[in-house]
Amino acid sequence: MSPTNIFAPVSTPAQSIFGLSLFVLVVTAAIFVVVFTLLGYAVVKFRRRTSDDGREPPQVYGSNQVEIAWTVIPVLIVVALFMATARVIADVQKAFPSTNAIEVVAIGHQFWWEYRYPGLNVVTANELHVPVSDTDHPTPTFIKLLSADTDHSFWVPRLAGKTDLIPNHPNSMWIDPHETGLYLGQCAQYCGTQHAKMLLRVYVQSHEDFNRWIQEQGKPAVVSDAASQGKRVFETTACTNCHTVAGTTAKGRFGPDLTHLMSRDTIAAGAASNTPENLRLWIRNPEAIKPGSLMPAMQLNEQQLDTVTAYLETLR
Amino acid sequence: MSTDAIALPGTGMASRPLVDTLHGWVTTVDHKRLGILYIGYALVFLVIGGIEAGIMRIQLIHAHNDFISPQVFNRMFTMHGTTMIFFVAMPLVFGFANYLVPLMIGARDMAFPRLNAFSFWLTAFGGLLLYFSLVGANGLYGAGNAPDVGWFAYAPLTSKTFSVGHSTDFWTLGLLVSGFGSIGTAINILTTILCMRCPGMALGKMPLLVWLNFVMSGMVILAVSPLTAAQLMLMVDRYLGGHFFDTQAGGSAVIWMHFFWIFGHPEVYVLVIPAFAFASEIIPVFSRKPIFGYPVMVAATICIGFIGMSVWAHHMFTVGMSSNANTFFVLSTMAIAVPTGIKIFNWLATMWGGKIEFTTPMLFCVGFLFQFLIAGLTGIMLSAAPFDWQLGNSYFVVAHFHYVIVGGILFTVFGAFYYWFPKMSGKMCNETLGKVHFWLFLIGFHLTFDFMHVPGLLGMPRRIYTYEPGRGWDVWNLIVTIGVVFQGLGTIVFITNLLWSYFTGETAGSDPWDAWTLEWSTLSPPPVYNFASIPEIKSRRPLWDLKHPADPDWKYE
Repeated sequence: MSPTNIFAPVSTPAQSIFGLSLFVLVVTAAIFVVVFTLLGYAVVKFRRRTSDDGREPPQVYGSNQVEIAWTVIPVLIVVALFMATARVIADVQKAFPSTNAIEVVAIGHQFWWEYRYPGLNVVTANELHVPVSDTDHPTPTFIKLLSADTDHSFWVPRLAGKTDLIPNHPNSMWIDPHETGLYLGQCAQYCGTQHAKMLLRVYVQSHEDFNRWIQEQGKPAVVSDAASQGKRVFETTACTNCHTVAGTTAKGRFGPDLTHLMSRDTIAAGAASNTPENLRLWIRNPEAIKPGSLMPAMQLNEQQLDTVTAYLETLR
Repeated sequence: MSTDAIALPGTGMASRPLVDTLHGWVTTVDHKRLGILYIGYALVFLVIGGIEAGIMRIQLIHAHNDFISPQVFNRMFTMHGTTMIFFVAMPLVFGFANYLVPLMIGARDMAFPRLNAFSFWLTAFGGLLLYFSLVGANGLYGAGNAPDVGWFAYAPLTSKTFSVGHSTDFWTLGLLVSGFGSIGTAINILTTILCMRCPGMALGKMPLLVWLNFVMSGMVILAVSPLTAAQLMLMVDRYLGGHFFDTQAGGSAVIWMHFFWIFGHPEVYVLVIPAFAFASEIIPVFSRKPIFGYPVMVAATICIGFIGMSVWAHHMFTVGMSSNANTFFVLSTMAIAVPTGIKIFNWLATMWGGKIEFTTPMLFCVGFLFQFLIAGLTGIMLSAAPFDWQLGNSYFVVAHFHYVIVGGILFTVFGAFYYWFPKMSGKMCNETLGKVHFWLFLIGFHLTFDFMHVPGLLGMPRRIYTYEPGRGWDVWNLIVTIGVVFQGLGTIVFITNLLWSYFTGETAGSDPWDAWTLEWSTLSPPPVYNFASIPEIKSRRPLWDLKHPADPDWKYE
């Protein structure tokens, strides 16, 4: 089964859409069957036979009765579809955050996602963590959508429909996943060269796991002495222009926050799994993993690459 | 009614030197030649746009394919979309309108023959300007001069910050120039229809094709103007320090979307209404019955014209409009299903009780009816805004609008080619090749675009140069790509048929289909002046009246 199937919803907005989509599909399928049958019948029944006498068929110019019939019936169908649709629009768009809701700010960048949890003092990238929202503990997550550069769109089909991230135009959406697990998606508005590898990963966790994750993410980086050489390389090259490692001099905002890099499963917005080999390759030559990404090749020598990778490996 | 067109000999083109012939075509102001120029120009770009689509489909044949780079892929879909809409579909529409409208209303030319030529050459040079971006500087693999912003070029991707170099300027200027051409031709068609009809042809007696092109031209003026304005604003942003769409300086990306789609959605109707026009001429002739419900068909078209101007923001359900705005555009979009449905039912009723002859033009129109039904129904799905939050910008949308444009518009355009080719060339198209073309294209179309809906339902967004394995998208993309092979073969058969028939086809005579409208009353190909004497008509089917003097239409209309 596809992990991004729109017909396998696990969150209220996606479920509302799913319900509406079934209604629309049934109505359109019924129209399809009726009109397709009529068309098929006409095409077969009224074709010119080989035994045809060559005379013109009766010339019929129209009929007001049938015109009225096939105007009124579609109008009624449209009214029904419209009412059902308007209701779901209101249900999804007019929801507002309850006191126990989690608030997240998602910021689209070319070609990665920044997530900030205001009030919880957490900044992370590319892997969104949210608590499960079951009937005992309804904890919906409200996501404020911003863009740092061009248009993007947040689309995790099993959790909700997509909403665009547009510069100068804050949007919002909400999810309340009912089951723990990893939900996938990707940017759904063309945003430049690497639009295709701007992948979304949403980790829905139990309340205990989520709270533990928040606590760990809120701590500054701890560096062991073994990695101090790599730390020096990191802090004396251009890395710090774009990346933040909390508790150090690295305070860049252009690229993902690396304070807890090793707590993530993937790098490069989900384009590669977070292994030491991939990390080293990514620093040496980002083009090999994600051609057109805005991370430059850092022109480090082999030894520097080893030490920087070793340093990053300590950012847990 | 005067149909005794004097059989004057042709102007003896074949015996003239080539340079004279070419000079004649370049300097022509004859509506028929300009029509053929438009059509030939569109066919060249159809092949180019098709090759671009093929390249994209090879890249997407399986996950993590490495056939082309993301940069090239992004240029391909931008060029494919821009080419197909502005330099294939629009010129085809205008080409047929140019050729047919004066002949069908019994006129000797368009109202403004020089404006007509000027408009064609604007369109032609607009297309060349767009493609000059490929060779103009560093080329495809260089710093990048083919535009890569997508055919709707959302801001701020088009700003100087994100689009360095001149690729976006080629796109903007190409569309600006051809846009003026479109507006010129639209004004010309409107004026021609209003002022040049032959005696007896009241508005209510015009062939449906003429009515529909009238509505189409009105929509072109209303829809292309905002696009032209937006292109100028974009140029101001890029070169004169304006901030209309420059979000980094407080501009609005959403305003561009409104500007683009208030062009973009009426544009769909600009293209599909002429397709309806072809179907409305071809289906009656090969069912041997008059069009069912002529006044209702006219009313439905005008209705589509008006409602079609007020649905644009259904392209923007995901950009965060208020729930009230979303609800309004749901209603207007769904409402348009009613007049469209009326049209399908009237074509159905036209065939009902007739004696349908399955010539190649009729086959394409029947294919159109079935496929347009499906395209309309997926359109209803997309019009339900919440469903669109899932389907929008996915491969489902790509499948939907290709169903409209290929399954609906291109099929009737192929039908129109086979139907009017005898009039334009004086030769019949080869029926066997025509039917091979139809079946190859039908199979290819359904393999490609039926199965393209599925990856959209499984979460595949459009405009991605590659995708991750394990999403369940691979097999569908493979089938989609296989379908392209059949469509390509069909197109080769089509082009072969046109050339083969032109040189070796049977002589058509003035009225090979036993049809009823005025273009069939003159020679094939028609003389420069169209009609030896201006005809006079009494009904919508003047040639029916002529062929059935005992039972003419005007007694019943």
